[in-house]
Amino acid sequence: MDITNNIINKFGDKVQIVEGSDYPTFIINKDSFLDIVTELKEKPEFNFSFLLDITAVDYEESIQGVYHLMNLVQKNIIRLKVNLEKDKPAIPSLVSLYKGADIQERETFDLMGVYYEGHPNLKRILCPDDFQGHPLRKDFSMGIRGSK
Amino acid sequence: MLKEQCDITTQEFQLNMGPQHPSTHGVYRAILTLDGETVTNVENVMGYLHRGMEKIAENRNYTQFIPYTDRLDYIAPALNNWAYVGVVEKLMGLEVPERAEYMRVILGELQRIANHLVYVASFALDLNGFSAWMYMFRDREKILDLFEMVTGSRMTLNSMRIGGMPSEFPSEFIPALEKLLEELPGCFEEYDGIVTGNEIFHARTKNIGIMNAETIINYGIGGVNLRAAGLKYDLRKEMPYSVYDQFEFDIPIGEQGDCFDRYVVRMEEMRESIRIIKQAIAKMPDGPIMAKVPRIIKPSKGEAYFHIEGAKGWLGFYLVSDGSTNPYRLHIHAPSFVSLGAFPEMSRGTYIQDLVAILASIDIVLGEVDR
Repeated sequence: MDITNNIINKFGDKVQIVEGSDYPTFIINKDSFLDIVTELKEKPEFNFSFLLDITAVDYEESIQGVYHLMNLVQKNIIRLKVNLEKDKPAIPSLVSLYKGADIQERETFDLMGVYYEGHPNLKRILCPDDFQGHPLRKDFSMGIRGSK
Repeated sequence: MLKEQCDITTQEFQLNMGPQHPSTHGVYRAILTLDGETVTNVENVMGYLHRGMEKIAENRNYTQFIPYTDRLDYIAPALNNWAYVGVVEKLMGLEVPERAEYMRVILGELQRIANHLVYVASFALDLNGFSAWMYMFRDREKILDLFEMVTGSRMTLNSMRIGGMPSEFPSEFIPALEKLLEELPGCFEEYDGIVTGNEIFHARTKNIGIMNAETIINYGIGGVNLRAAGLKYDLRKEMPYSVYDQFEFDIPIGEQGDCFDRYVVRMEEMRESIRIIKQAIAKMPDGPIMAKVPRIIKPSKGEAYFHIEGAKGWLGFYLVSDGSTNPYRLHIHAPSFVSLGAFPEMSRGTYIQDLVAILASIDIVLGEVDR
């Protein structure tokens, strides 16, 4: 059966599908995020054992955490999105599920200022420790003429 | 380990390795916690080469960013070009002409060979095999000459465009390439003699830094390091992009995922790349090399994720467009960066000289780690 229908059947109104994307894309509420990802990883019918990518995007109304998960056997990729508050975006960390989340969450914290709750070592990774601000936020200016 | 063997009191201490240490392959720094010579913990410190590539992308238009991708993984620029133009093409729904795809395969696989040559050379160098370095760099030089023929540049290639290729291969390129492809298998035999069969190399790499496939997957490491752990999984075969479904090639895998396996898999991959290039030359169709692309590239609002089988792992780009001429957000999923995440676990419990072998074996390049 189609993976999109599978997920909708399982999680019902906890997931909201985004039409017209390259991969099945779902918007999830922050509160049910960790439970849903746990089931997607552990349940054999989903088996999303591979964390492809973690990142975040700064939109006007919210910071959006973006996750790509992959099922290596059935070769499915899905995208999960979680809308977070702008002033202090916080989301449960995935380190307990995927070890690979550690370094990627630190990167997103550093560059986008997303707080990953439960991360064992959430500190800056690419910018210097005493750096002010989060460079990938839209309100962070590079201070160069003509740049945004 | 030491404590159990001898009845002496030891004290853990911290040692700084890098960022100028020659075996860190650039400006990577590790804070090692040691108990005698045994590594008890490693802390990654990076960012010395951070140039804010993702922020730069938001301030350039789509075409302008292609040369920047050369400077991510500067050992394998053609593959970076490919992944980047691939994501823009995917977002715009562009159909790339078949001839251009074949040209990309040829450049991409040549680049993979060049990357693995640097890998083997620096791996041997890190283990004190000084003479090996010269053999691989002698042959990589020939590949760089070919790139110069095609793009005018040896390392920062800027070799692809959104929608196709900038120009045809020059007429002398294919004969020179075919000559090189004839020479390379003999060169590989030389490497086998000087590195693969070397007893010291075996002693330094076998059963060192073992990580099984399950843990590698949990770390989100795809590509060549995953195959070294014994899982036959190659994006070129499993989810074929471009024209990879048209070629016959094998996927070499390792046995247990130690440093030696990671080395052997790459040696075998170079031979497979030669097979792919030969088929690509033979099958290359005539036709245009550029799709019909608007003069000003403005993908409509949307997002796309595109990843390829890079030289160091799965290289992915996540692109969000707001309909303007610049990317709204471009995220680069760099395989070296993710591989480094597993480095502390691989190194724990080994000796300090093994740590150098492990770092060399996972193949990192700091341009890509720090971005």
